Amino acid sequence: MNPTLRIAGKDLRKEFDRRTVFRDVSFSASAGETLLVTGRNGSGKSTLVKIICGVLSPGSGTLTVTQNADEPPRESRNLFGLVSPYLQLFEEFSAVENLSIAMGIRGMPFDPAAADALLERVAMFPRRHDQVRTYSSGMKQRVKYAFAMIHTPPVLVLDEPMSNLDGDGTAVVRAVMAEQRRRGILVVATNDMSDIETYDGRIDLNERR
Amino acid sequence: MVLKILLGVLLTAVIVSGLGLPMSPHPQAWYQLPVIPGLEEKARIIFFHVPTAWLSVVAFLTSMVYAIQYLRKRDLAYDIRSSAAAGLGFMFCILATITGAVWAKFNWGSYWNWDPRETSIFVLLLIYGAYFSLRSAVETEEKRATLSSAYSIIAAVTVPFFIFIMPRIMTGLHPGAKGDPEGAGPVVEFKMAPNMRVIFFTSLFAFTLLFYWMFRLRVRTAEVETHNQLRG
Amino acid sequence: MSAASPSLRLFLRSTGAVFLKDLRSELRTRYAVSALIMFVVTTISIILFSLGSEGASTDALSGMLWVVVFFAAMSGLSRTFVMEEERGTTLTLQLLAPPGAVFFGKLLFNFVLVTGVNAVTVVLYAAFINGFVIRTMSIFVVTVGLGSIGFAAAATVIAAIIARANTRGTLYPVLSFPIILPLLLSVIDATRMASEGAFFGEAAGEFQLLISYIVVVIVSSAMLFEYIWKD
Repeated sequence: MNPTLRIAGKDLRKEFDRRTVFRDVSFSASAGETLLVTGRNGSGKSTLVKIICGVLSPGSGTLTVTQNADEPPRESRNLFGLVSPYLQLFEEFSAVENLSIAMGIRGMPFDPAAADALLERVAMFPRRHDQVRTYSSGMKQRVKYAFAMIHTPPVLVLDEPMSNLDGDGTAVVRAVMAEQRRRGILVVATNDMSDIETYDGRIDLNERR
Repeated sequence: MVLKILLGVLLTAVIVSGLGLPMSPHPQAWYQLPVIPGLEEKARIIFFHVPTAWLSVVAFLTSMVYAIQYLRKRDLAYDIRSSAAAGLGFMFCILATITGAVWAKFNWGSYWNWDPRETSIFVLLLIYGAYFSLRSAVETEEKRATLSSAYSIIAAVTVPFFIFIMPRIMTGLHPGAKGDPEGAGPVVEFKMAPNMRVIFFTSLFAFTLLFYWMFRLRVRTAEVETHNQLRG
Repeated sequence: MSAASPSLRLFLRSTGAVFLKDLRSELRTRYAVSALIMFVVTTISIILFSLGSEGASTDALSGMLWVVVFFAAMSGLSRTFVMEEERGTTLTLQLLAPPGAVFFGKLLFNFVLVTGVNAVTVVLYAAFINGFVIRTMSIFVVTVGLGSIGFAAAATVIAAIIARANTRGTLYPVLSFPIILPLLLSVIDATRMASEGAFFGEAAGEFQLLISYIVVVIVSSAMLFEYIWKD
């Protein structure tokens, strides 16, 4: 558990082309908690997800991320792992190479054994040396999970967690979500309430336009 | 209101005196302009060509300053101003190129020679063209503002290499280039007669005022348009 | 390096990793290099046929070399950013790397790419275009070196801009040309000096200009890149 790990958003607002996507969004989540983001397609779930991960700036409002003081400090971008339909892998490389590239660019040491173990967990071990372009969409989705987790992020953000996955795939994801709840913060953005079993906080973007 | 009247008066005065006042080899009266050997009547263009060239640079710098402000504050009002200044700069740059080409034809024999100053005004024209092509290619307002601001700053950073450094290194036709026996030329070394100087600097001032007035007008128009778009 | 602060080391590691990713990707697919080499061969052939048995002046030949280099650069140097947009990996990179690392990593990649292509261009040009002789090799080598850095610097930031504008190819030369022109004038002049056999010291002015251009462009691009790169 990370006793002081916390993310908090206050009065977040985002506009595109002078149109407000959402406003007055506030939330807070601590270690062991799950934050659920719901809303119709186009309500800004993926936009809010990007803001939480630090890739997009809000128009106004603040986002604060506090790290666990017991753990070695990290660059803030390395606190987050993201799985999203908008996040593509490097298709000319294999699954293992993608993980190695991710760690290299993040500036973190790459452990091949840990990578193999992670790929095993997402049931991608046998094809791990094939180029990602040769994978089916379900396989790519599972490798995206490995890609998001290889650096053991305290905050795991899942946008449409079950997309492209069959029954076996969804079981893998539920295991991942349970594990993340134990060790850090889980953020799930989805329209399908069956994706998630429990949650502690909820942002419904349908009401925030 | 006052601004418009002042502007009208000044510009009229400049046009009338610049085009109308007689030139004579030994000027006696205050209203007689001296003859510059080699230029004679064509020298009149100095009252119009130099200010338009000056403005196209001023407009560009104005645009760049607002671009920097936009990137720092992310307020689209700055982008409106940046783009308005650039639009005016484009227009003045075209005028400067045309008046320059006309002068070049009468003075040096051909419309274009790739002299360093000619090249720099041409490059400025290309930069303006590129700036507006870029703007028309981006759909989101914020992205359009960000990218065109970034481009105008990068372009502004390379422009000094043209305007100041190139002419010093390369020989050129314009006064002030290396190899000009007259030195820095009538403009820079104030070799102009006093009455010509008066007209010249008045023209410079009047044109700058014109720019300022047109700029305010364009910004207000753009803001009204945006306001209407939001309501409608 | 042990005296460098940890965050600097981290930054350099990220930069190196971005560079290596692009390099390995290129080595694996070879899209850019083969297309560029073919482009250079084709362009030089066209010049050869156009010139025919007539030569051209030293000035013209010096200029034409850099025309080939310019268009080769326009063909190949935008790829590093445009490819990420086309494959949808821009978001991925935004998540993994600090913007500065992306900029310098890709700048380094473009530098390696353009230097390699320019080396081939220069050799082919010197070998096949009659009348193109280099009398002062030292001037020429420094010119090609500095010119390559300059091209990489200007072309990389403009590539970042057009990639984010979703316009891809057509705008790239339009935006790049005014920025690159001071560089072009300098290298053409220096090449002419090398052709005519000037002393190395005579080209010092041009080299100073080139170096200041490179510094100015890289510093301003590095500062602007974060705004261009992030949404």
